[in-house]
Amino acid sequence: MADLVAATAGRVPGPLARFWNAPAARRFRRNRGAVVGLVLVVALVLIAVLAPTLAPFAPDAQDLRARLRPPSTAHPFGTDEFGRDILSRVLYGARISLFTGLVPVVSGLLVGTTIGLLGGYYRGWLDDVLMRVMDVLLAFPSLLLALAVVGTLGPGLVNAVVAVAIVAVPGYARLARSVVIAAREEEFVHAARSLGAHDLRLMVRHVLPSTIGPLTVQATLGIGFAILSMAGLSFLGLGVQPPTSDWGEMLSRGRRFLPGSSWLLLYPGAAISLTVLAFNLLGDGLRDAFDPRD
Amino acid sequence: MLAYVTKRVLGLVPVLLGVIFLVFCMVWLAPGDPVLALLGESAQGMSAGQVEELRRAYGLDRGFAEQFVSYLSGALRLDLGVSLRSSQPVGAEVLSRFPATLALAGSAMLIAVVVGGAFGVLAAVYKGTWVDSIAIVVALLGVSVPVFWSGLVLMLVFALQLGWLPASGFGGWRHLVMPAAAVGFSSAAFIARVTRASLIETLRLDYVRTARAKGLRERVVRLKHALKNALLPVVTVVGLQFGGLLGGAVLTETVFAWPGVGRLLVDAIRSRDLPLVQGSVLLVAVAFILVNLLVDLSYAALNPKVRYG
Repeated sequence: MADLVAATAGRVPGPLARFWNAPAARRFRRNRGAVVGLVLVVALVLIAVLAPTLAPFAPDAQDLRARLRPPSTAHPFGTDEFGRDILSRVLYGARISLFTGLVPVVSGLLVGTTIGLLGGYYRGWLDDVLMRVMDVLLAFPSLLLALAVVGTLGPGLVNAVVAVAIVAVPGYARLARSVVIAAREEEFVHAARSLGAHDLRLMVRHVLPSTIGPLTVQATLGIGFAILSMAGLSFLGLGVQPPTSDWGEMLSRGRRFLPGSSWLLLYPGAAISLTVLAFNLLGDGLRDAFDPRD
Repeated sequence: MLAYVTKRVLGLVPVLLGVIFLVFCMVWLAPGDPVLALLGESAQGMSAGQVEELRRAYGLDRGFAEQFVSYLSGALRLDLGVSLRSSQPVGAEVLSRFPATLALAGSAMLIAVVVGGAFGVLAAVYKGTWVDSIAIVVALLGVSVPVFWSGLVLMLVFALQLGWLPASGFGGWRHLVMPAAAVGFSSAAFIARVTRASLIETLRLDYVRTARAKGLRERVVRLKHALKNALLPVVTVVGLQFGGLLGGAVLTETVFAWPGVGRLLVDAIRSRDLPLVQGSVLLVAVAFILVNLLVDLSYAALNPKVRYG
């Protein structure tokens, strides 16, 4: 018995165990919605990675003898006007959807955090100028700003991603700035400064880590929003262009075959909704885990 | 209150200038020669001399600052250039589409406030019961389902299958029901979430306990005492949602062939009609800024803390 106690007490928990037992992780595990969101996101990533294995057909394989067929055993989600298998296209669509969700958020995060860090750390005229620019960007409804960018640069996947990234910047910049303003007055930052740490080191090593939690939550919710915006642009014919398998683009073409071929709309739309739902659940769960108000 | 109004209105001037500047820059940020960007497809087959002549006619040979000043003074008089496609003045063309969009966004807002508010209050009052669970799930769906898809599903069910409502087009209230419901749904979800959270928070406050302690009926406590204060954050969200509603209107107008600014803008982008894109973006942004100003002012009127803070 004494041996057992000594052995247990002597073992230092590994990083994985510490992560698993952290209060935030415990709160996250107890939150049913958060766990469902995480499972859905993991499933989505797996679908995107394994699409070539999972899909019964190539996403662009045409079968002109089987055009606009309703769901059947051969084609569980039916076929489109070129006889392409909807199930395969929906599975492959997870790739473009995750890509168009992640890339704008990561780029918006990089630019926004840099702006917020510089403004919040240095304050003064630099902060004023940066925040006034953010105010102007926020003065546009987000989809309108995305449309303005696409209207300037021209339609297409890359320009649409740029547009959604630009829309994301001011939100991250403001959030990062507010965290940085509070963090730079912390005692450990003052201590590091009195030890002679220069501005860049203070910003990156001591102030930036405080922003990780709030920005992670915001970014997770942002992925859902980015996917929704990209799907909207593609639906308008301004984002992903055919023949790429994209859910928004599938809806845009499918609606021409109403009312007869409702399966063309049902599955891609449900896929967008489920994906956005997954990231919203995960984001809400992370927020409640990091910032318990009750 | 007057001091607050003056402060807020003056604060808008730099934002408006910034918005006009960004819209002005679109010509310069567009790939290629600004003249060709402005001319669109009509530039094809023009000689270099003709292009240079038009460059002078548009004033594009002048300095950047000089051009901005002339764009700004034009914008203030609603002179936003001429559409490439229709050769009509852009300002008049965009304004003529505004009533349709405002009708759509307005009725969507009405649906969102009524439905979202009711769901939020029910969820807060019956917190932790099945009513709350249903409200939470519906609210989550509302923020996750794309507005153009819910619009298409509504159209499929109520117009094409049941034949109760016209599938698309512009006309009386029957044409407005489905687009407004589709646009309103996602905003209703946001409003429900905020109303629920705010009312739950308010119901915990001391003055609510006092009201209960002095023997008021629970209904009066909840709906008269608590709800009034709980609605303050909701007003802010309603204002912020208006931007989302305008965005939703752009997508929904395309689904239902609704002749608003959104469809005008999307058509303009597709046909690379840059002056029309600029004009639509500018006027919708200005409308959004003005609505937010009105919301801020009504918030201040409702809550003295904001005015003196």
